[in-house]
Amino acid sequence: MMNNTLAIPELEEVEVDGLTRSAFLVRATLAAGAVYGATAVGPFVTKALAQGNMGDVDIVNYALTLEYLETAFYKKAQKLGLSGSVKKLAKTFGDQESQHVDALTSTVKKLGGKPAAMPTFNFPVKDEKSFLKLAVTLEDTGVSAYNGAAPMISSKDVLAAAGSIVQIEARHAAAIRLANGEAPAPDAFDKPLEMPAVLKAVQPLIQS
Amino acid sequence: MQEVQERTGGESETAMERLSRDPSSRKRFLKMVGGAGAAGAFSVLLAACGSDNKKDTTSSGAAATGAQGGSNAGDLKIVNYALTLEYLEAEFYKEVIASGQIKDKPTAELAKKFGQTEQEHVAALTAVVKKLGGTPAPKPKTKFGPVIDGGAKKILTTAAAVENLGAAAYLGQAANIKSAEILAAALSIHSVEARHASTLNTALGMPATPDGAFAKPADMATVLKTVKPYIAS
Repeated sequence: MMNNTLAIPELEEVEVDGLTRSAFLVRATLAAGAVYGATAVGPFVTKALAQGNMGDVDIVNYALTLEYLETAFYKKAQKLGLSGSVKKLAKTFGDQESQHVDALTSTVKKLGGKPAAMPTFNFPVKDEKSFLKLAVTLEDTGVSAYNGAAPMISSKDVLAAAGSIVQIEARHAAAIRLANGEAPAPDAFDKPLEMPAVLKAVQPLIQS
Repeated sequence: MQEVQERTGGESETAMERLSRDPSSRKRFLKMVGGAGAAGAFSVLLAACGSDNKKDTTSSGAAATGAQGGSNAGDLKIVNYALTLEYLEAEFYKEVIASGQIKDKPTAELAKKFGQTEQEHVAALTAVVKKLGGTPAPKPKTKFGPVIDGGAKKILTTAAAVENLGAAAYLGQAANIKSAEILAAALSIHSVEARHASTLNTALGMPATPDGAFAKPADMATVLKTVKPYIAS
């Protein structure tokens, strides 16, 4: 392999990591496609899939889709007649998710990719109780999704950006859990989730 | 990084072919993230680190000790740095609980839970250092006396400051970690520190996300300088 010709062993490490990261994405998206169908996976993948040129663009588009979902969710929450403090949280967090959307969109463009389109969502929430319950699920899932995907990121800059965002998701998760009367940090280690598991969790909320 | 990516993209071999003969740790990582839970994840992580270490020693025995610029020397340094911070946090909560200064029961329960969690982080990071063939950083001698004597408000304010700093410290190192397994472990701890910070901020009537939509990282020098008042030796 080309790796063996590299004079600096540390570069070889990076090279191997990069290759394997690509392989992960293909595997994860193919697995997701097999289980949930091409339509479900659609928002998460690009045409690059078949070329084996997977990487940071696909991971960032995956994150972007989750941020679209959270943004739309908090937007809908504003119409639910939430109580003062919860409404304020929803507003602040929704604004932040929207900023994540903007940042990830420009990251995809900077990487030379095409930003994923925003899907249509359907949130089964009708009041504060159902809002908080789903908010806990979405924020916890967001944390796990970033934690699962981040180690596959090649670019240090993109990784740093993902880290900066996942910390916010974790802060949201804890605050929303407190508002819902739940333990804010139930586990000593936040579980990472692979893409298929994340898709399974959010699939019922994606209309098209 | 860019150059590497371009070379990666230029390879004609398909990604699936690459995966089929992937010799590295990534497969183990995939098994880990697909695993049942965080506790299970850690045991797989440790197994993965162990075999990576064996692989490394074939090229350089010294790399395993971190004495030279081996491939895991940087990771070892970062994990030991994280371990030192976790020791500080664990000890702080331990002393807080022992002091009985926090009279509000739910808050005391929270401090106890957070302290147990930090202790689990200590144990996990110690195990990671050992698996990498390194020597775990010693438990620092702490001096939290003035904070604890200052009462509940002072304690909670300090706890919030330390947790926010801890989250920033992990964030500051994430992109420097080479091993995917260690990065995954650091991330799974990072977001828990963030949860703690958010909780304590909320308890104090401060914003859960003081940095806004994007959390700010802190570098090693800044972090160590900030915690210096709490270290006795």
